[in-house]
Amino acid sequence: MTVGAPKHRELGLTDHEYELIVEKLGREPGDVELAMFSLLWSEHCAYKHSRKLLRQLPTEGERVVMGPGENAGAVDVGNGYAVAFKVESHNHPSAVEPFEGAATGVGGILRDVFAIGARPIAILDSLRFGELDSVRSRHLLDGAVRGIGHYGNSIGVPTVGGEIYFEEPYEHNCLVNAMCLGLARTSEMVRAAAAGVGNAVVLMGASTGRDGIGGASVLASAELGEGDEAKRPTVQIGDPFEESKLLECCLELLGKGLLVSLQDLGAAGLTSSAGEMASAGGLGIDLDVARVPLREADMEPFEIMVSESQERMLAVVEPARVEEVRAICEKWQTGCAEIGAVTDSGLVRVLRGEDVCGEMPVEALVDGCPLYDLEPAEPEDWTYGNRRTLAVGAAPEEELLALLGSPNVASKRWAFEQYDSLVGSRTVRRPGQADAAVLQLPETGGAVAVSIDGNGRRVACDPYAGTIEAVLECTQNLACVGAEPLGLTNCLNFGNPEKPLGAWQLDRSVSGLADACRALGVPVVGGNVSLYNEGPDGPIYPTPVVAMVGELPDPAAVPGLGFGREGETIAILGPFEPNLAGSELAKARGELALGLPQPDVPAVAAACERVREAVRAGALACAHDVSDGGLACALAEAAIAGGVGCQVDLHPLRERGCTPEEALFGEGPGGFLLSGERATLEGLGATVIGLVGGEAVEIGAGDRSLRLDLAAAERAWRSLEERAEAVE
Amino acid sequence: MIWGVLQFPGSCDERDALLACERAGHRARLVWHESRDLDGLDGIVVPGGFSYGDYLRAGAIARFSPAMEAVAEMAGGGAPVLGICNGFQVLCEAGLLPGALLRNAELRFICRQVDIVDERSGERLSIPMKHGEGRYYAPEEMLDELEARGQVAYRYAEGHNSNGSVRDIAGVRNEAGNVLGLMPHPEHAVDPLTGSTDGLRVFAAVAQGAFANHGSTKAPGE
Repeated sequence: MTVGAPKHRELGLTDHEYELIVEKLGREPGDVELAMFSLLWSEHCAYKHSRKLLRQLPTEGERVVMGPGENAGAVDVGNGYAVAFKVESHNHPSAVEPFEGAATGVGGILRDVFAIGARPIAILDSLRFGELDSVRSRHLLDGAVRGIGHYGNSIGVPTVGGEIYFEEPYEHNCLVNAMCLGLARTSEMVRAAAAGVGNAVVLMGASTGRDGIGGASVLASAELGEGDEAKRPTVQIGDPFEESKLLECCLELLGKGLLVSLQDLGAAGLTSSAGEMASAGGLGIDLDVARVPLREADMEPFEIMVSESQERMLAVVEPARVEEVRAICEKWQTGCAEIGAVTDSGLVRVLRGEDVCGEMPVEALVDGCPLYDLEPAEPEDWTYGNRRTLAVGAAPEEELLALLGSPNVASKRWAFEQYDSLVGSRTVRRPGQADAAVLQLPETGGAVAVSIDGNGRRVACDPYAGTIEAVLECTQNLACVGAEPLGLTNCLNFGNPEKPLGAWQLDRSVSGLADACRALGVPVVGGNVSLYNEGPDGPIYPTPVVAMVGELPDPAAVPGLGFGREGETIAILGPFEPNLAGSELAKARGELALGLPQPDVPAVAAACERVREAVRAGALACAHDVSDGGLACALAEAAIAGGVGCQVDLHPLRERGCTPEEALFGEGPGGFLLSGERATLEGLGATVIGLVGGEAVEIGAGDRSLRLDLAAAERAWRSLEERAEAVE
Repeated sequence: MIWGVLQFPGSCDERDALLACERAGHRARLVWHESRDLDGLDGIVVPGGFSYGDYLRAGAIARFSPAMEAVAEMAGGGAPVLGICNGFQVLCEAGLLPGALLRNAELRFICRQVDIVDERSGERLSIPMKHGEGRYYAPEEMLDELEARGQVAYRYAEGHNSNGSVRDIAGVRNEAGNVLGLMPHPEHAVDPLTGSTDGLRVFAAVAQGAFANHGSTKAPGE
């Protein structure tokens, strides 16, 4: 039975799914209904290829205030406050139109956070592009950074951190993941569930236009390919001023207790927000599209229901309080329209005046989509390319310069200076000043730290170990500022899950995430999945982006990531077993291959605890985790940040069995670079490797020993701007 | 001293300004853009942000707000008024300060800690800047007059003029000296934990009318 087949396929539904819809409705769906089903049954909304896997993630913990399923997760930070946070992707819109795609990515994640009653206090972002020598990559980078800055700066929420990687497999399909943190009084937080039969459904904010129609199904749930220019109209246009008013308005409404529940309008617009509110409340909702304020008068009901116009929120309000809500919306000069009511029908009904345009059981619409099992197959060999950019037999100094100047390692100052990182007066550590962003919370007397990480190249080498490493990197970054993890969220950016490789990567990665979180005792409070990230040349590197929030008692004790002063002792700590597999050096040599060593999570956790305690005691001058480019790059970064050189010898690593090259440039989890008093460092069980001083980075590593002037190291490390703005 | 901090739709740094006034040892409250009621206030901060979305031109719409009309009146009476970033743009648009702010020379938003020098004392302050339209501009003749009258309040230190401002000007005052505008953010330099405390000196100077007393004499040592 495939009557009307072309249309449902155009909308991204399979024949089987269409038949299921017909069965659940007991009839053929109308146009409005088919459009709504196609969106809510899309990968983006229904998580149909990932939901079963995600069930293995640990989601419970003492400090969890809100877990997965709400607009954002939240953890208790004491004194009656909670920190809410979430990461979301806006990959495909950004690949088509980077400025608006990235800007609306920020706008969307902000709405998720204030939808639960939290004031946004920080933005972070995780970006992936093709190599910088590609004109397209520079265009996407420039647009995305401008877009993030435009939205975040204009709305007055600081962008305090993030990461950018450049790798060939992201050439066609860049990644733009935006994260927002918010602070809420726990007692004022709201959930998204509809409640109270007879209550009014109120649409607030911007009017509804034709922008972003079909974004979730057309853009977010299919591979990118030729003819993507034609998809431009499916990208939404953001207006941070509108959102700034809407944000203040919603927080004032919530503060006054005028809203029963609140939900943002994101992907799939009214369709998903109304459907999900009704589903979460176990109720029904009637919506009259004739009462929705429109930008264009002749919009069809299905267009109104699926429009992804930005800066809109849907609220449930008691009828007696609608006028008070309207008055506050007027104060903030933002829209307010009563467009429907909560019912006990268990149906989402779409009306246009007296006409019924659609009538669907909530359960079928929101939870009826079939969930699929993956059919993973482990690849036999490295399926991505290899490109040699560093000559065989290069001197170690040349190798270090090449790595410091590689866009993945080089300073991202060019990007983060385009963001206001200060507004809100909470930013204790600005971007580039520490491994994790640190935000003070005068409300509790403490501070929170946040880190976002995910090295797709390493995950491509081994999805299980690579994902564990991403979680460990976050944990280590938090330890460097003295923070203990409270909760984790993630954005899983993968290729096509219907292909064996994509399925295998996703399956192994989620297992790694689950195992790492369980071993560390860190609950997963939310997440987002972005699949079908493939271009004509194949899939992206599998890229689970992990974001972790932690707490620290005293932000004044946080050390920097630069060496302090001449004569200070330098040491390494942790179960660091550097290996060239998947490293920056292996990439530069064109030697990438499958396989990574398996991380020892409990050992890394123990090292994190020791570093955390030392930082909290104010005992360290510098704490930096060893990451991209290995220990040599970490040493150079600490020297550049401190404006002073160092003399070290890596024989302790060689005693652990490392070759000189592995000691210098090998990567892997568990390594901390510390500086401070010798006695303190030895007391921590750290291994002393040298002293701070001089104007060069001098590293003893047997026949690969090197000496590089600090000025030369710094020039290479600061070369990103030149490359990013190169014109051909 | 009680400051009123204006709040427009699209203001961003108004809470930071409130906090800064308190850290400077003063009191402060928000003033809604539609209110003309400045009773009980001794001075006004026009804060940073993107008032009314900065549509049309930065500060161009805010200058017509009822609150700004009342501020213009209060400024005419000699009360201290401090415009920061977007507030500086608003005060220039309102004609309370000379000159205009154009897009940064590099056409990008820049957030960076910079050093500025107090023209009166030669004192160097470390204060962050964060703006996309902060390049100070005025015609040459006007600049000569401003300098002659001592109306240039702050200049970027050598190597710190990141936006291409003419003659390195970071802040100017009106002729009477009670109205001061600057692009860097003194309200984000009031806490050692978040950077520096040099911004407190800007608040103190404006509150004390230090610029009003300064006249056209140059600071010693210049």
